[in-house]
Amino acid sequence: MSEYFLEAHNIVKSYANHTALNGVSINVPKGRVFGLLGPNGAGKTTLIRIINRITAPDSGEVYFNGHLSQADDIYNIGYLPEERGLYKKMKVGEQAIYLAQLKGLDKREATKRLKEWFDKFEITQWWDKKLEELSKGMQQKVQFVITVLHKPQLLIFDEPFSGFDPVNAELLKREILELKNQGHTIIFSTHNMSSVEEICDNIALINHSQVVLQGEVNEVRSQFKTNTYRLGLHIGDKLSDNSMFEILSSEEKGGEHIYTIKKNSDISNSQLLTSIAAGNEVISFTECLPSMNEIFIRTVENSKP
Amino acid sequence: MSAFDERDFHQNCGKQQAITSTPLLLIIMNKTFIIIHREFMNRVSKKSFIILTVLMPFIFAALIFVPLMLSMVKSDEQKNIAVIDHTGKYFPMMANDESYLFFPEEEMKDEFRTDTTVYSAVIEITADLIENPEAAAIYSRKEIPQGLSRIVNNAINEQIRHDKLISYNIPQLQRIMNDFDQTYSIRTIKWSDDGSESESNAGVAVAAGMILTFLIYMFVMSYGGMVMQSVMEEKTNRIVELMISSVRPFQLMIGKIIGIGLVGILQLAIWGVMLAVILTVAGLMFGVSAISNPDVMMSATSTPMPEPSEANTILASINNLNLPALGGIFVLNFIGGYLVYASIFAAIGASINEAEDSQQFMTPIIFLLVFALYAAIYSAENADGPLAVWCSMIPFTSPVVSMVRVSLDAPGWQTALSLVILYASAFTLIWLAGKIYRVGILMYGKKPSLKEMIKWISYK
Repeated sequence: MSEYFLEAHNIVKSYANHTALNGVSINVPKGRVFGLLGPNGAGKTTLIRIINRITAPDSGEVYFNGHLSQADDIYNIGYLPEERGLYKKMKVGEQAIYLAQLKGLDKREATKRLKEWFDKFEITQWWDKKLEELSKGMQQKVQFVITVLHKPQLLIFDEPFSGFDPVNAELLKREILELKNQGHTIIFSTHNMSSVEEICDNIALINHSQVVLQGEVNEVRSQFKTNTYRLGLHIGDKLSDNSMFEILSSEEKGGEHIYTIKKNSDISNSQLLTSIAAGNEVISFTECLPSMNEIFIRTVENSKP
Repeated sequence: MSAFDERDFHQNCGKQQAITSTPLLLIIMNKTFIIIHREFMNRVSKKSFIILTVLMPFIFAALIFVPLMLSMVKSDEQKNIAVIDHTGKYFPMMANDESYLFFPEEEMKDEFRTDTTVYSAVIEITADLIENPEAAAIYSRKEIPQGLSRIVNNAINEQIRHDKLISYNIPQLQRIMNDFDQTYSIRTIKWSDDGSESESNAGVAVAAGMILTFLIYMFVMSYGGMVMQSVMEEKTNRIVELMISSVRPFQLMIGKIIGIGLVGILQLAIWGVMLAVILTVAGLMFGVSAISNPDVMMSATSTPMPEPSEANTILASINNLNLPALGGIFVLNFIGGYLVYASIFAAIGASINEAEDSQQFMTPIIFLLVFALYAAIYSAENADGPLAVWCSMIPFTSPVVSMVRVSLDAPGWQTALSLVILYASAFTLIWLAGKIYRVGILMYGKKPSLKEMIKWISYK
């Protein structure tokens, strides 16, 4: 079995007026959270639809758990679409069981699991309510349960946090991480970059129908490192630009004098520290890795055609 | 507790494996069945469905019986009419009936003009009308009812005719007149294929055909519309994206069409049983045991109240209609017609985004169906005319039109051909609709043109 749970090779998909995906390849490692990033209209949803076998690519292949994706693989996928929607007039419990049955679960098993989830989320009293009677946040919770109820090996969440209040978003985040710990592979599509840093192990950034950046989150971040460090010195100690580094900013805060410095790339960290420590009291020293947000914006802007 | 502990997960993987090993065709059929089941149960368990299904036969029966009863109950207030007949010849001809009572008066009085409480109208005949046709008139402060002028005209005409005949001095005139006075109604006998004779009544056949035609028309309209509504609901709800990540769009569409169709068939079956029960009970209550079949009831409205002997003829004609064949062809047309229109409605529902947009596409279809209904009505007049024959072949009109023709004994090969064309078109349309549906349900935004929708058919 390959180390990747899902591989997409050279996917091309064009519509009448535009190309949605132009030679896109991604590798989703097994049991990890994979962030599918990109601005609106980049082609994320099209790629997700192809993985879900909702649409077929013009060319290229998708490998699912080591084999070429086939029709019944969809029963091993749980999909939370960006555009949420359920039957408004149908009772919550009935609805969840119906959708689980369509994903291949038998009725008794679906009922049992649903009861467990409803107990866990403390929403048992909603079972016989019509969906339209629930608030939007409650509907989202129900939809999440429906997505995971059949325990698919691959979970796809498209913008899962949109519409959740911070408390429920936190709950959802915990659930997603728990699902990962249980061995599920998760594709997580979003443009909320702070959640990417917290949740994702790997990312692919799609812009203008192409993958412009892909890899492990930490690797990606260090690719973008700018040799910038945060240095905390004892108050009273002073630094000035020299051949090793340049000072970008400085401030006094919480009993420290904090400098942001950019070191020259041919200087090692220990050389830098030794030279600074020679005349100053160093309290803290951290490398400033760029946030995913910065990386996102920078990459998207650089990849403008 | 966790719904996702490790052991559970592995068990689950085993289960998934089990699913994978089931033949795909079985899974597809099973999924389609689940969809059919939901579409069916969801509608059948609705209060509105139950209420409508139970009430409709009563409403239907009331629609037929209430006007019939109302037309038999005349206004209980009889009007008094004064007749000032100076000749004395005409007054005896004016017979009282349940609406008008005629009273002789000597002369015109002024109070007739002002006081309408005694007489609502005054007839004055001043001279013999053969000599002076202008000598009679009706006066009233109100508009003269048609019924009154008709009675008076008939009475006067009769007398004039009588007077004129007498003026020829024909011997034994009264006997000749009596001999003339009779009505005749010819028996209509139909030759069967084996040459045997049977009494037939085209009125009954047409009535049966029209009832069945109308049922198909109504069913196609309302249940076809329901399919569109339901497709559109899934699209605007955005649940469709989730659905087609589990089932193929075609399964979703066909499941919906079949599920809703079954609801219709159930409703029809319930109505059939209820109507039979109601009519039997009504028949027993009114002592007319002849009313044991809806067709009789229809004939009662389409022809004037049948005389006892005529009722027997009608009964004989009903027994003569080939009910099993008629019923069988009805069911086939019913299902075929529904499939044709439901697939069109499904394609439309998938293509549009808002209910308002549906109007543009619905109008031509409603037009087509109404045209079919009119074609059916005219086909009853001339069941073998070109309009009837062509409309019973074109699949968009044939389910509605051919029922009238079948009840009037259209050639068997034409009925068969019409059904073959209908089903071939139904399956082609379902296939085409599936193509449009698949693309349409994921298209949001601009309302597509018909040209674009046709282009979708060729999408891979």
